[in-house]
Amino acid sequence: MTDTDNRMTGAEIVLKALKDNGVEHVFGYPGGAVLPIYDEIFQQDDIQHILVRHEQGAGHASEGYARSTGKVGVMLVTSGPGATNAVTPLQDALMDSIPLVCLTGQVPTTLIGSDAFQECDTVGITRPCTKHNWLVKDVNELAATIHEAFRIAQTGRPGPVVVDIPKDIQFATGTYTPKADHVAQKSYKPKVEGDLNAVRAAVELMASARRPILYTGGGVINSGPEATKLLRELVELTDFPITSTLMGLGAYPASGKNWLGMLGMHGSYEANMAMHDCDVMVCIGARFDDRITGRLNAFSPNSRKIHIDIDPSSINKNVRVDIPIVGDVGRVLEDMVRLWRALPKKPDAAQTEGWHQQIDRWRARNSFAYKNSSDVIMPQYAIQRLYEASKGRETFVTTEVGQHQMWAAQFFGFEAPNRWLTSGGLGTMGYGLPAAIGVQVAHPEALVIDIAGDASIQMCIQEMSCAIQYGLPVKIFILNNQYMGMVRQWQQLLHGNRLSNSYTEAMPDFVKLAEAYGAVGMYCDKPAELDDKIAEMIAVNRPVIFDCRVANLANCFPMIPSGKAHNEMLLPDEATDEAVANAIDAKGRQLV
Amino acid sequence: MNAHLQPTGSAYFIQQESARQERHTLSVLVSNEPGVLARVIGLFSGRGYNIESLTVSETEHEAHLSRITIVTTGTPSVLEQIKAQLDRIVPVHRVVDLTVRASQLGQERPIEREVALVKVAGTGEGRAETLRLADAFHAKVVDATVAHFIFEITGKSSKIDQFVAVMKPLGLIEVCRTGIAAMNRGPQGM
Repeated sequence: MTDTDNRMTGAEIVLKALKDNGVEHVFGYPGGAVLPIYDEIFQQDDIQHILVRHEQGAGHASEGYARSTGKVGVMLVTSGPGATNAVTPLQDALMDSIPLVCLTGQVPTTLIGSDAFQECDTVGITRPCTKHNWLVKDVNELAATIHEAFRIAQTGRPGPVVVDIPKDIQFATGTYTPKADHVAQKSYKPKVEGDLNAVRAAVELMASARRPILYTGGGVINSGPEATKLLRELVELTDFPITSTLMGLGAYPASGKNWLGMLGMHGSYEANMAMHDCDVMVCIGARFDDRITGRLNAFSPNSRKIHIDIDPSSINKNVRVDIPIVGDVGRVLEDMVRLWRALPKKPDAAQTEGWHQQIDRWRARNSFAYKNSSDVIMPQYAIQRLYEASKGRETFVTTEVGQHQMWAAQFFGFEAPNRWLTSGGLGTMGYGLPAAIGVQVAHPEALVIDIAGDASIQMCIQEMSCAIQYGLPVKIFILNNQYMGMVRQWQQLLHGNRLSNSYTEAMPDFVKLAEAYGAVGMYCDKPAELDDKIAEMIAVNRPVIFDCRVANLANCFPMIPSGKAHNEMLLPDEATDEAVANAIDAKGRQLV
Repeated sequence: MNAHLQPTGSAYFIQQESARQERHTLSVLVSNEPGVLARVIGLFSGRGYNIESLTVSETEHEAHLSRITIVTTGTPSVLEQIKAQLDRIVPVHRVVDLTVRASQLGQERPIEREVALVKVAGTGEGRAETLRLADAFHAKVVDATVAHFIFEITGKSSKIDQFVAVMKPLGLIEVCRTGIAAMNRGPQGM
């Protein structure tokens, strides 16, 4: 490349840097401070821009794109309100470790600090909700900053980054730094290789276990397909039972014989009881979140704990562990599998036989059981039927946040990683539809379903317009109970069933709403008609809003009430009105 | 701040942490770039950690490095978390808990020094007493008129506290302190 080839405007540099980092799709919304970049987008064909209807949608769509592909999601928004609207998805991506590059326009450098039109302190506002961020004040540093942004977003523990680009920098002419030439920031060197001695100690401890359990999380999926393969191999070799967090579903197949189901607040009885009673716990790419642990001083009291995590700050944050291993899950599992194979004497099956029998007894409690009805669609039944209908296809499921999300996690079986996309850490209502759009952009032929609630779906419903514009046949399957179901459930459990503001008085007609956007609207309130309607929904090659009317007051069980331990779960068959009313004491009521 | 409520970051954890609060001095080597101090301070406020003292200045101009010295309190597990969280900040090169390092080196504590400027107004008899006390504390007069002195004093924080206290009845007007600069004894670097 000659020197003159390297001279270009800031806006050209942005596009070239994106291409050099392998970007094919950008989700965004134009505005005054990014017009030069949009002008460049107009004049090229390599990168497709997907126009969302709200910047929050751009963020969640990029998250969906990133999580379903393993690539970095890219969003482009303008200054001021564009940037502030991006804050929710940035924090969402931070908590769920999703690699995201967010480019924001900024007022010209000369106007920064003058309270200019559509000015905000973007780097200040996004500092705590990004892994790192930059304000670019020199066009010659723009390319290197974008390269560095991609490096930081996708290495180590992945996360969102923001590059704030003032408008005058977009117009200015400068020199493009090719990706290969850019100098990486020395202070950022994530450790990916686990300490071999620690892995050896872990394998020895695992070999001595009588009641072992593998507790896996989103880190396995973030680490890539190889990590998933190795995890399955490890389960095969050790025959250990395995559970997963909400974020880690799909790393081990739901049909696998060692699968215990999801653990945590709404996890299965067998998973939570096994976590409580185990003697060796192997935590792989999960972070002992409060939804998982329940009351900390009663969390798995008699186990020795191994924790594999790429983020050193996750170690000993909530739960003290005996063998911490800082490193990439895939690399550590590779060592672990190799060392297990090399064990001079493998534990015989008798060592864990009693444990497997105990787990079978817990499993027999059938903790996800619910009472089905022939008059009204039970939400759990709806998910089961949806799951059955989607089998054998390349299916991706996104969700919003609430009861429907937990039912989806309980009843939809995931066989492969990157197929399940949900807002786990931040719990963002409105995530599912834009995320589904992001998935469908990356996988045009796949079946992409947003399992939604009637309240959540209205938080980013405007993205229907985006789905229509780009012909993205996402399926929005609303479990419509006319309440904010999880809020209502908590009000029942915690606040004397005073249902303050959790009932939606003026519900839109979702069928007409779909039609107004140019999509297909469907309605079902009879269990007998459900299968046919679901089949029809899947067959339509257009966006569909499916208004599935379900039992209004169904609760999501089992549940570890706030402030309780894993072995104090509230099971569906025990959840009488009285038990529900007294499930949470005064202390637990203060918790979330 | 509510550090005692934050040791786990868990919504479930409402018991008071019974472990002992300790006071530690951390040295943080950072790239001298815009916003780096805001990242460090934001981490402390955002996660509910305490800052008792914080000083920052460029220490290696060529390498664009600044050194931040933070005095903080917390239980051992909170202090471990603070160190790990600081290490996560992209422009942070190294974090050393000088207090832990001192005990590893068999020393009681790191060397910690502070500089203060202390302005004392007064005329007449009190001035002689002021000067005598200042001399006893090895405080230097850096500015004076017939109506005031400004002293420069260097030492441990406790010494400065004491000096300020004795100056109070003698016409103390204002005090400016730098916060603590610290390093470990011995030939090794941080």
